[in-house]
Amino acid sequence: MDLGPFLLLASLEGLVQAAVLSLAALGLCLVFGVLRVVNVAHGEFYMLGAVIAWWISYALFSHPLSGFVAALIVAPVLVGGVALASERLVLRRIGHNPEATIVATIGMLYVIQQGVLILFGPDARSIEPPFYFRIDFPWFGYSGYKLSVILMALGLLSVLWYVISRTRLGLVMRATQLDREMAQAFGIPVDRVYGTVFAVGAMLAAVAAVLIAPIRQVHYLMGLDPLLMSFIVVIIGGLGSIRGTLFAALLIGMSDGIISMFFSPTLAKMVSTLLVALVLIFRPEGLFGRREP
Amino acid sequence: MTRATGRKSLVLHLGVVALLFLLQFVLPEYHHLTVTRIMILAVFALGYNVLFGYTGLLSLGHAMFFACGLYAAGLTVYHLGWDVLPAFLFAVAVAGAAAAAVGMIALRTTGVAFMIVTLMFSQVVYLATLYFSRYTRGDEGLVLPARARSFELVGIHVNLADPVTRYYIALGLLAAGILVVHRLVRSGTGREWIAVRENESRTRMLGYNTFSIKLKALTVSGALSGAAGAAYALLFAYVGSTFASIQYSIDALLFTLLGGAGTVLGPVLGSFIMFYLIDIFSEYTTAYLLATGVVLILLILYFSVGILGTLRRKWLHWLP
Repeated sequence: MDLGPFLLLASLEGLVQAAVLSLAALGLCLVFGVLRVVNVAHGEFYMLGAVIAWWISYALFSHPLSGFVAALIVAPVLVGGVALASERLVLRRIGHNPEATIVATIGMLYVIQQGVLILFGPDARSIEPPFYFRIDFPWFGYSGYKLSVILMALGLLSVLWYVISRTRLGLVMRATQLDREMAQAFGIPVDRVYGTVFAVGAMLAAVAAVLIAPIRQVHYLMGLDPLLMSFIVVIIGGLGSIRGTLFAALLIGMSDGIISMFFSPTLAKMVSTLLVALVLIFRPEGLFGRREP
Repeated sequence: MTRATGRKSLVLHLGVVALLFLLQFVLPEYHHLTVTRIMILAVFALGYNVLFGYTGLLSLGHAMFFACGLYAAGLTVYHLGWDVLPAFLFAVAVAGAAAAAVGMIALRTTGVAFMIVTLMFSQVVYLATLYFSRYTRGDEGLVLPARARSFELVGIHVNLADPVTRYYIALGLLAAGILVVHRLVRSGTGREWIAVRENESRTRMLGYNTFSIKLKALTVSGALSGAAGAAYALLFAYVGSTFASIQYSIDALLFTLLGGAGTVLGPVLGSFIMFYLIDIFSEYTTAYLLATGVVLILLILYFSVGILGTLRRKWLHWLP
């Protein structure tokens, strides 16, 4: 294949990666923005979403499409429930202290991951794509499902944008993010907002996983990679900045896709991570972050 | 702290070393080897504690310094045919330099960003050990050649394949680590570290350069971790990628938290308890890391100062 078409193929792979990454990273970003804590178990919520999707599509539905649609609804709801429970049982009790939360969510990471290992087993399993549909370019054929992942992610992002900027829930979230005490003084149930946002963050990870699961394999260790990628995106974009996160997800997703294709996936991960170092040298607050006073 | 309590704490720390010395005569073979391993890992945790316990900086990437020491020692011995002692010293220097370099970048961030950045740098080191598998053989790892199993020191022939020798070397390293940390944290440098931990902006306002204080702590911490890594490579004649994985960074954190962050002996105690806990747990299930998760959550919920931290708060106020 010539360089041009090869670059197109690599860019398409990068776009798919960026689409899924932006969902997962936005979840992490929202939680950081509102609760001011980093959720290290984020990748495990992603993994849990994929495992639930596998279970639904194999145990309950015979047709891949109905299984996929069901998973798209059920997996985020279940994962959101797990997240809500862990927020109530653990994070609330340590008062959302940033350092303690990191340690606690590392603990949650192991509990979820090893729990899935016990229930699901150590094998990697695959999910059938909901539909087979091939788009023929003059040089190569490309999976229609992968393209639809990009579209679905864009749709979900628009919904999220609408919720944050146009609904009461979004208003309450933004108020809490801006000034927690003032929000409380105005009668906003800050504790409930914290729980909701933590659950929504986990649900975003789960949705991302349901979308990507038919392309990748489902495995109990699959959470680490999206966690690290989300961290990279969130740091480059500026902790807590939604615009920055989206921009960085596109940047990192594309560069990851292209470098993976031309060189090697390991090199791509190293480059992305070193990019973080560069950003930190020149703009410690991230590309779109605000400098702390 | 008065001279009397200073002497009391020195006696306690020497007592622990003496206890470990005596322990080898009663241990069965399997536990003899396990304790050798634990003592090396305890040095790693000691190093971690300098940064986390005394300076208040939570790093999630200390495996990179352990791995730096491990690989610097292993690769020079394997590829360049270096002798054991120069390889060890070189490895400690490399780990210290790596820690200083990482610190120059990572210490520009504060709070949670620092934790994430250290985690990611550590991941780069891990990926590098996989990427350069031509030299490191990645996951499979390298077994050090037989010629690196012994060395001469002032006319004495030291055989690293001998378990008793290994035990003594590990104990010697741990004793040195304990004494160095014990001395450092009671010196002016240690007080600066603690000042940064307790209130960084006030320390800065008093005219201290907090960046260089933190950088010093990170360098010492990295060098100690690297010493542990190098010793691990040379004593057990193996280097592999798993030692650079996130798991090892978390282990250092866990050992330190369990024993008591900010106490000299805490990480040592934590290493012993946690290592045996996981060892016992892994006999029953492959999901033995579940123990790590549960202990972490319980510690942070109910027992955040650890074992020695609790002892210090209740009775032993003089514990450094």
